[in-house]
Amino acid sequence: MNSFWAVTTATLVKDIRLEWRSKDALNSMLFFSLLVVVIFVFSFDPLAEESRHIVGGLVWIAFLFAAVVALNQTWARELRNQVLDAYRVSPAPANGLFLAKTLGNFIFVCVLEALMAPLFVIFYNLHVLGPAWQLVPIALLGTWALVVNGTFFAAMSLRTRNREIMLPLLLFPVSIPAVIGMVAGTTAILTGENSAHFYIVLLLTYDVVFTTASLALFKTILHAE
Amino acid sequence: MKKLFLILAGLTALFLAYATYLALKVAPTDALQGDVYRIIYYHVPSAWTAFLLFFINFIASVQYLARTKASLQKAVQWFVIGIGVVGVIATFLPQVQALLPTGMRPSAVATTVLAIPAFYFLLGWKFPGDRMDMLALTAAEVGVVFCTIVLVTGPIWARPVWGIWWAPGDIRLTSTLVLWLIYVSYLVLRRFSSSAQTQIIAAALAVFGALDVPLVYFSIWFFRTQHPQPVIGGGGSMDPRMLHTLLISWMAFLCFAFLVCWSRFRLELLKREAEQAEAMESLVGAGTAAKASLPLSRSAR
Amino acid sequence: MTENPAQSAIIVSGVVKQFGRFAALRGVSAEFDAGKFHAILGDNGAGKTTLLRALAGLAHPTQGTIRMFGQDPQDSSREIGYMAHPSLLYDEMSGMENLRYFARLYEIGGDERCAEVIRAVGLDPELTRPVGQYSQGMRQRLSLARAILHDPKLLLLDEPFSNVDVHSAREMVILLKNMRGSGKTIFVVTHQALLLDGVADEFVWMQEGRIVDRTAAPVRAGETL
Repeated sequence: MNSFWAVTTATLVKDIRLEWRSKDALNSMLFFSLLVVVIFVFSFDPLAEESRHIVGGLVWIAFLFAAVVALNQTWARELRNQVLDAYRVSPAPANGLFLAKTLGNFIFVCVLEALMAPLFVIFYNLHVLGPAWQLVPIALLGTWALVVNGTFFAAMSLRTRNREIMLPLLLFPVSIPAVIGMVAGTTAILTGENSAHFYIVLLLTYDVVFTTASLALFKTILHAE
Repeated sequence: MKKLFLILAGLTALFLAYATYLALKVAPTDALQGDVYRIIYYHVPSAWTAFLLFFINFIASVQYLARTKASLQKAVQWFVIGIGVVGVIATFLPQVQALLPTGMRPSAVATTVLAIPAFYFLLGWKFPGDRMDMLALTAAEVGVVFCTIVLVTGPIWARPVWGIWWAPGDIRLTSTLVLWLIYVSYLVLRRFSSSAQTQIIAAALAVFGALDVPLVYFSIWFFRTQHPQPVIGGGGSMDPRMLHTLLISWMAFLCFAFLVCWSRFRLELLKREAEQAEAMESLVGAGTAAKASLPLSRSAR
Repeated sequence: MTENPAQSAIIVSGVVKQFGRFAALRGVSAEFDAGKFHAILGDNGAGKTTLLRALAGLAHPTQGTIRMFGQDPQDSSREIGYMAHPSLLYDEMSGMENLRYFARLYEIGGDERCAEVIRAVGLDPELTRPVGQYSQGMRQRLSLARAILHDPKLLLLDEPFSNVDVHSAREMVILLKNMRGSGKTIFVVTHQALLLDGVADEFVWMQEGRIVDRTAAPVRAGETL
């Protein structure tokens, strides 16, 4: 157990250091979601009243697409020079790698959300009518939901042709309940019309179920050859 | 083998013709919807068949994954037996019975629960080794076809009856659509994955997809549902002739699905056998020879 | 099989490895002695690399089994040092940073061991240049250092001398010779058989996914240099 956390931290620190040096994922993710926001602003020019009903959807679509950009980058790094093989021949636990990657992506996407959320507020003149603090658990749980499955599916699509196209094709169908939870929960809070509790519980359940499933199956996926 | 197949095919054709006759001629016209309702004799049996096939795909995928390790296989076997035992006992507890929707009999639930271990061990016994993976693939492919029929016939019926093609908030519509999307992505993965690891990866995706289904269901649960209540076990009243026709249709569809699965499975088996034979004979030298001859052909030009 | 299990360290029986419509290994059966230096030779596509990957536990045989010191290759990862044709190193990090990360995977704490192996392959542990800017020869050496980091009993090296100048290649051979002297079992896939003349204990010849010959000298019966 001790070595599990040691491996997880070492891998996480290594990933953050690599990202810090290249800034590949973060830069492309940031610019990408900025583009999405701007395109949305041109496409929908709603009144403040209407925007409350649609922004929940727009925000999460932007983050979903941006997350895919980051997720495709995570394993690409391990494929260059086939470093992944070095991990696979070592006795280090497979789940340590998975957890580190998931945490890394979680941090990157959270940073992105923290930077992009104010833009939505500015462009759409947002004014939250419900309990705003509940947006935090929704964002955290929702991001984890995207990232945990995304990291797993990105590892799955590693060995497929058209790797980068494969990821959204696999990730989006399974993520539908999480997306419903995030969008409906955010809309509920923005409009203040109904409670977001159900969606928080839904996201929590989703996270628990798929984190468990990913941890249970990742070793098999990593060593499938 | 071939003879049996032909006999079964003939019987299935007759069965389907009889079901069509029942659906169009014998079953009474619905008092409210008129003749348009008759599409349910295709819609509902297709849906049940599709769900059954997806269920088989799930069981086969779990078993395929479990087989990668002996200890895992044991654990999963006991888990499945546990599901059967606990499920049967639970349905006879009054607390659990109170949770069941009205009209759903506990004995029906118990039989459904028992189907899980029954299927698991039956399939495990009948499909050794890589055949399990072929079964999963076959079930998913045929399941997607039937699910497509469901998604096409649904709106055709909905347009005249509901006045809309599609109800976005409806729980059964949306979850069937998501199910369809998941299994299409499963088939896409199988197409695009290089062959050495496809089977395990696909099995993992199937497990994820199956875990997703209840979550999809609950996530849409909040919306009011427009779909008619389930025709069986939902406590709705139905003309016995209609129910009879529906069940006959389902039997015919099941026979048809079985037949399609069988031939698809045979095809896959032959394909893999051929692939294996080819693999053992083909030489990489042929590839390098072609590469080596490239400059020559250029100079010839 | 044999009286003394330590003698036949590696037992390969009936191994077939199929990649779709191509079988890289077509029924390989062999026993390899512990503490010996085995050179694997053969044309491109003869299955050398696949055999090495199967020994390392990276590729699972489609049929057949591999026993390594009486265990499955995946369970003996602590005893295996693997060097692939690609470097298995992160280009953006320095040599020391790379090794430090891999040391964590093997639960080796501290920097002493990392510095020791870097010196052993003739590099400078103080070098801060990222590996991406190393010359091919330096990268190969560092890759070898990564493989021997955890002092494995068994070394699997895939073309360690390719793209390396003659001087470096000879140095690496001497290093391997010393390791052979200290009781390690070594497998080297190479095209440069002559380099190992007098160093390797046996030469294993592969052709079309099978072992066709095993000789004590880098020439096969009926062939001349």
